Amino acid sequence: MSAFVEALGDGAVVAKRNLIKIKRVPDLIVFSTLSPIMFVLLFAYVFGGSIAIPGMDYREFLMAGIFAQTVVFGATITGAGLAEDIQKGVIDRFRSLPMARSAVLIGRTTSDLANNVIVIVVMSLTGLIVGWRIHSSFLEALAGFALLLLFAYALSWGMAIVGLMVRSPEVFNNASFIAIFPLTFIANTFVQESRLPGPLKTFAEWNPVSAVTAAARELFGNTNPEAPVPDVWSLQHPVLMTLIWVAVFLLVFVPLAIRQYRKAVAR
Amino acid sequence: MAPMADAIVAEGLVKRYGSVVALDGLDLVVPEGTVMGLLGPNGAGKTTTVRVLTTLLECDEGKATVTGLDVVADAKELRRRIGLSGQYAAVDENLTGFENLDMVGRLYHLGKKKSRDRARELLERFDLVEAADRPVKGYSGGMRRRLDLAGALVATPMVLFLDEPTTGLDPRSRLGMWDVISELVAGGTTLLLTTQYLEEADRLADKIAVIDHGKVIALGTANELKDQVGGERLELTVGSAHDAATAKAALSPLAIAEITLDDRSHRLTVPVSGGADVLVDGIRRLDAESIKVLDIGLRRPTLDDVFLTLTGHATGENGTEEKQGERGE
Repeated sequence: MSAFVEALGDGAVVAKRNLIKIKRVPDLIVFSTLSPIMFVLLFAYVFGGSIAIPGMDYREFLMAGIFAQTVVFGATITGAGLAEDIQKGVIDRFRSLPMARSAVLIGRTTSDLANNVIVIVVMSLTGLIVGWRIHSSFLEALAGFALLLLFAYALSWGMAIVGLMVRSPEVFNNASFIAIFPLTFIANTFVQESRLPGPLKTFAEWNPVSAVTAAARELFGNTNPEAPVPDVWSLQHPVLMTLIWVAVFLLVFVPLAIRQYRKAVAR
Repeated sequence: MAPMADAIVAEGLVKRYGSVVALDGLDLVVPEGTVMGLLGPNGAGKTTTVRVLTTLLECDEGKATVTGLDVVADAKELRRRIGLSGQYAAVDENLTGFENLDMVGRLYHLGKKKSRDRARELLERFDLVEAADRPVKGYSGGMRRRLDLAGALVATPMVLFLDEPTTGLDPRSRLGMWDVISELVAGGTTLLLTTQYLEEADRLADKIAVIDHGKVIALGTANELKDQVGGERLELTVGSAHDAATAKAALSPLAIAEITLDDRSHRLTVPVSGGADVLVDGIRRLDAESIKVLDIGLRRPTLDDVFLTLTGHATGENGTEEKQGERGE
């Protein structure tokens, strides 16, 4: 058996274990779905009236941003899950088995991807109810969803590194929120980045979350016809930019996460 | 492999965490088919030793082999041959007992059918059949430990590592675990067991390595270790202070060390050697002086006595603290 096939096989066993948890502890999926629904409703009805996007309905603008924010939050589950496994000694057990070193991480990121798929389906339905519509072709829309999920998957590996370092789910949640909030808010997710002040604007323009949000807007046909053409390359080619970010994330995070896993032991 | 080869050989293991030295040149040899008890207080380096030998942790200096395989260079092959049950039950709460064992089997690459069969077999052996299809969340502490131990046995390992297998269990569950482990080692599995409980090491291990501050400070069978503190203890209680003084004088020819006398309870402890004959001899001497003996008995020094003698501190104390210079009493 080649090492790669073995890693995938072992990864599948671990993913199955994680998915059983979603089934046995449905609260997890309920709450990870409820909060994005709450965000859709809050922004659509509370802030929606105050944040005007000239040229289009705010809800049309909003959905891609909420999707991006949600999959980014979904990616954090990877770190929290690994931190919990370390704390409970499950990682020690896995590491004493003759399984592939990458398998626990492959399994974890894969099952978290499945979690994100479920959440995205629920959110799309919520969006449709509050008035969001896809104006592109079926294939383009599918590509939009695929890109969001791919982005979250790549980010999962980064979260894995943090989760394996902090070794406690509580610490992980606090640590990851510090990174996640600026990433998802100093972006084009809820407002137009062109109206942000100086340095924040530059940050937002090159923020990976902005790229994936702009890409999703483009692929769902939710772009604003009256918005000025962005003057940065990253937002002129958001789909390509997102794919570049995904590649960079995977190239950097995967080896680092595996390295960290090899060192991880419970205290 | 030749019979009675060494299943575990560790030479000069050193592991530091910053300025804390967890292992300070630890040497250990465990012959195949025997049970080695690693006995020491919290922080002595027991868990670190197990982690190095099970490939979870690389040590800074020294080398170790398990079944002849190097713990670093041959780590992956080595993992096929060992089973580990950690300090706390590393079972998945959300999976059923069966699912836990089946998963471990799959990760040992036993294949689908063999993993299932092995899981069922172990559940039966560890008296978990009724709970097999319930999530582990509802299991008692003892059941979790048994399941965790079963997990370590899935691939029928050549060498088994149990890190404090009964810590945190109530006395009844502890006795249950001891029965299970005794049965297991009767089958010839090589076992390295760590424990803080002297009684546990005494009961389960063929040989005991007492470790303190990351080093083996004594090695031997429970009996050999007890002999290090000298023979037996003849203990007796008499009715009055006068009798106590007379008894002390009468028994002094038998004592191999100083006799201790508790004035309030009129209780004497006489270190002796020579077994039951000494008891008979002692009773004759007391009878000749017409001393009324309320209670008399011969006891072996406990491993607690041993530990105290060797380390200068009791087992319950933290090993990283300053050693007390003298033996406490």
